[in-house]
Amino acid sequence: MLMISPRMASGMQEKQYTPSLLSFFIYNPTFGPREGEEEKKILFYHPSEVEKNEKIRNVGLCEAIVQFTRTFCPTKPAKSLHTQKNRQFFFEPEDNFWIVMKPNKDGKPPTIEYQEEEILDTVYGAVVRQCYSMYKLFNGTFGRAMEAGGVELLTQKLEKFFYRYLQTLHLQSCDLLDVFGGISFFPLDKMTYLKIQSFVNKVEESLSLIKYTAFLYNDQLIWSGLEQDDMRILYKYLTTSLFPRHSEPELAGRDSPLRPEVAGNLLHYGRFLTGPTNLKDPEAKFRFPKIFVSTGDGYEELHLIVYKAMSAAACFMISASVELTREFCEQLDGLVGPQLTLLASDICEQFTINRRISGPEKEPQFKFIYFNHMNLAEKSTIHMRKTASVCLTSVHPDLMKILGDINCDFARVDEDEEIIVKAMTDYWVVGKKSDQRELYVILNQKNANLIEVNEEVKRLCATQFNNIFFLD
Amino acid sequence: MSEEHYLELCENPVQFEHASSVNNVFFDEANKQVFAVRSGGATGVVVKGPDDKSSVAFRMDDKGEVKCIKFSIGNKILAVQRTSKSVVFPDKRSLKLLKSQSINVNWYQYCPETAVILLSTTVQGNILQPFAFRSGTMSKMSKFEIELPVVPKPAKLSLSERDIAMATIYGQLHVMYLKHHSRTANSTSAEVVLYHLPREGACKKSHVLKLNTTGKFALNIVDNLVVVHHQSSQTSLIFDIKLKEPDCAVNTHQPVLPARSIHPYRIPLSGPAVVPSQPPVPCQLYSSSWSVFQPDIIISASEGYLWYLQVKLPPTVNLLQDKGKLMDFLLRRRDCKMVILSVCSQSTRGVLPVVATVFDKLNQVYKEYLEAEQSYTVAMESGPSRGSAAQKRPVRTQAVIDQSDMYTHVLSSFTERKGVSHKFIIAVLMEYIRSLNQFQITVQHYLYELVIKTLVQHNLFYMLHQFLQYHVLSDSKPLACLLLSLESTYPPAHQLSLDMLKRLSTANDEIVEVLLSKQQVLGALRFIRSVGGHDNVSARKFLDAARQTGDQMLFYTVFRSFQQRNQRLRGSPGFNPGEHCEEHVVHFKQLFGEQALMKPSTV
Repeated sequence: MLMISPRMASGMQEKQYTPSLLSFFIYNPTFGPREGEEEKKILFYHPSEVEKNEKIRNVGLCEAIVQFTRTFCPTKPAKSLHTQKNRQFFFEPEDNFWIVMKPNKDGKPPTIEYQEEEILDTVYGAVVRQCYSMYKLFNGTFGRAMEAGGVELLTQKLEKFFYRYLQTLHLQSCDLLDVFGGISFFPLDKMTYLKIQSFVNKVEESLSLIKYTAFLYNDQLIWSGLEQDDMRILYKYLTTSLFPRHSEPELAGRDSPLRPEVAGNLLHYGRFLTGPTNLKDPEAKFRFPKIFVSTGDGYEELHLIVYKAMSAAACFMISASVELTREFCEQLDGLVGPQLTLLASDICEQFTINRRISGPEKEPQFKFIYFNHMNLAEKSTIHMRKTASVCLTSVHPDLMKILGDINCDFARVDEDEEIIVKAMTDYWVVGKKSDQRELYVILNQKNANLIEVNEEVKRLCATQFNNIFFLD
Repeated sequence: MSEEHYLELCENPVQFEHASSVNNVFFDEANKQVFAVRSGGATGVVVKGPDDKSSVAFRMDDKGEVKCIKFSIGNKILAVQRTSKSVVFPDKRSLKLLKSQSINVNWYQYCPETAVILLSTTVQGNILQPFAFRSGTMSKMSKFEIELPVVPKPAKLSLSERDIAMATIYGQLHVMYLKHHSRTANSTSAEVVLYHLPREGACKKSHVLKLNTTGKFALNIVDNLVVVHHQSSQTSLIFDIKLKEPDCAVNTHQPVLPARSIHPYRIPLSGPAVVPSQPPVPCQLYSSSWSVFQPDIIISASEGYLWYLQVKLPPTVNLLQDKGKLMDFLLRRRDCKMVILSVCSQSTRGVLPVVATVFDKLNQVYKEYLEAEQSYTVAMESGPSRGSAAQKRPVRTQAVIDQSDMYTHVLSSFTERKGVSHKFIIAVLMEYIRSLNQFQITVQHYLYELVIKTLVQHNLFYMLHQFLQYHVLSDSKPLACLLLSLESTYPPAHQLSLDMLKRLSTANDEIVEVLLSKQQVLGALRFIRSVGGHDNVSARKFLDAARQTGDQMLFYTVFRSFQQRNQRLRGSPGFNPGEHCEEHVVHFKQLFGEQALMKPSTV
């Protein structure tokens, strides 16, 4: 057990400055190697209104830094650059393609003295990687666009994608959870889980076009037919972008176009979240977003159909080479709508029963974040429900920063370890790493001593994590 | 088409001398014996029973035409009727009148199986009065009326004994009434109306079987199925009164299967005069000389044969397209096991909803048996004094298809079948597991093993991971060990396995072994301490592992930890000879010197 105590929680000023994006650009140094052609290197630059020469200068600087630092360690190029005024994060997702992100303090002139520890390398490094993953989910690799239509197509795609995506990037609410990029799983009893399995299998059988299915409830994952890494980024898209954009039809008024469809005699609440909003509309378009997922030896392009009934959402993925028709969508709606509605109410009922059985004492009184690298399972009682714009936390940013620091410490070693930190604000912060799992607990016990805190965490593990093997 | 005949005559019929001008043939339903009486008995009476051993032959004086001849049970007393008002017993016996009832009777029917006699009374004959015989007493049961299709005016006898039969179906006595179609009443076809005749209480009309045709009919009961033979079309129909008909009114039944004739039967020509190569002669089925007796007997007096009618289940599989209904039908039959298993195998070539239905039907019966078995065990354990009657051990019928049957006959070969997508294989296995869970039946380990084997074969580790995450594959030591063995191909299996061992809470030794094998010596030590097993573990095992790591500080820590334990347990830090730690003590001294050893504390 490594102990650091007491520790000064940084940023004790009255006012917190939240970072936002100063610039974000993508370049490839091999595209304009000659002097006077530097502009060709730049594939995307945000903000676009920046004067051309400044763009060239900034890209050039990054290129120089990367080249220079490479001489020290050719296998691990620079990841971030700290200067007195700001930081930059570098990421080379594909050979010679570089993504650079420069966060900035919002609304403050960059001349003000920078609070060095306010921005965590791991968090922002993760954000840059996520930007790329999200681009790749919807567009495939940069290389793919190059093959299909050269630089021109790639710049078009980058422009189209990042113009909107960067607007939804809320750097100020990024934290440890972005580092994990985890998936929240919906707790479910075995029988209901098997029913969902059965449902998925039957739908995939009768609509044989469907290649993969994912099933979510309450924005939490229950089943993924996709491989873990693809699911991770799709989950991110669904929970932070698609779901928050769609209000629940149950909450909509009687005359709302979102009211439940009546199919045959059976009332069901199924509706498409992607593709046609109203099947009855003769003008309806049957176009769905396309996504790219990995296969054994490359990538495949798929239509993404997201269909929801009450709190249950099913994602059906179909090869993009197939054209989806009205007939298919009607068939899917007729088949899936009633079953999904029924399943949703089953899950809801089971969930309520389980809650009642487990009782209120099982409700977490602790603030914690749990993450398992093996299955990407994450659980947080610190974060409020995610909304389209922000991810609210119930603890002070300083404490979140300590969590980030502990995580960095864990990342440095392979061994299991435990770190207990006493923050200046009377909080205790405990980090535990056991095998592939990490647990962070925040305790607000003013007069507790180290032993008591240790006991408290043990108790938490015994009640919340009695299912898993956690070394203490 | 021969695969479509679902009824057949038994292979070994009772053979007797066929009826002729000199040979009269009688059948006794109670003993199921055929009497061939030659020349009024003077040239011999041959009695053949259901099995070869019960054959009896004797002679008696010809005292006139025999009207009826029977043995008492056990062939003790022979009774011969030659006139309408007298019965002769060849041995001199005296008879005693036990009880008498005075009723005007048109005709009677007797059911030997249940010892119930049914009397037709009133002018129209449709008021039936049953009596039950039991241990020497005769008790009157409540009478009931058969609804006639038309009430004749003036009243006359309208119910024939040929149209009434009694038989036990699913353990309950039923009176079957063959209701012919009538042009005056608006019925277009004949039907069989069943009246349930309980031991106590009123007799009630319970089922109506729609024959959808007219003509001459005869009834049999085979394996609780009502078989209706139709002479003019030379076909038979079967009805299962337990099969629910969704499209019909309550308790109205349509035939289970389309009408088919009984499987063609060939009479082997036998006797000394016959050349062996001579082919057997086809037997005329549905002949007008056939007599049909309850429950399942068909006699051809003119040919000298008594057959038992049998149901052949395999042809029903292709005749009944609705697999759910087929399963309902098969699960109630006697020799159904192999046919059901073949239906299961066949359904794994079909679609999932059908597979699910078949599994659910199967497991419903399986669960009922398990429950009965369990409540029997509980009753036995709580002692025979409890409860009024001693509980009978539940009979395991062929319809109870357990997991090992499914594994052996259906699933293991299915998972190996060529040309089936792995997606479908897994879906079918999961469907079976879902069905077992739905009926709260504990799933056997070998099924999980089959699922894992299939997933691993197709590299579907993430799927496996998700199943384990939701505890679809229940925890067990063998499963945890299987997971450990997968670690080299799928590293997360290690964590999954440890979690499972932890949840089992009886596998602490295994957890220690796993951790030590990973050189996590301190982890193992901390774990065994946290579960309170520190005092009993083998120090040598830990010291071996610590020394193997080559980490001297680790060895030191572990060594000292055990010295402290020894001190606490035995008041001395030294190791007992039985612990075989001598070499480690030597090693410790070599590394850290004699003085580093913990000294016995002085009290």
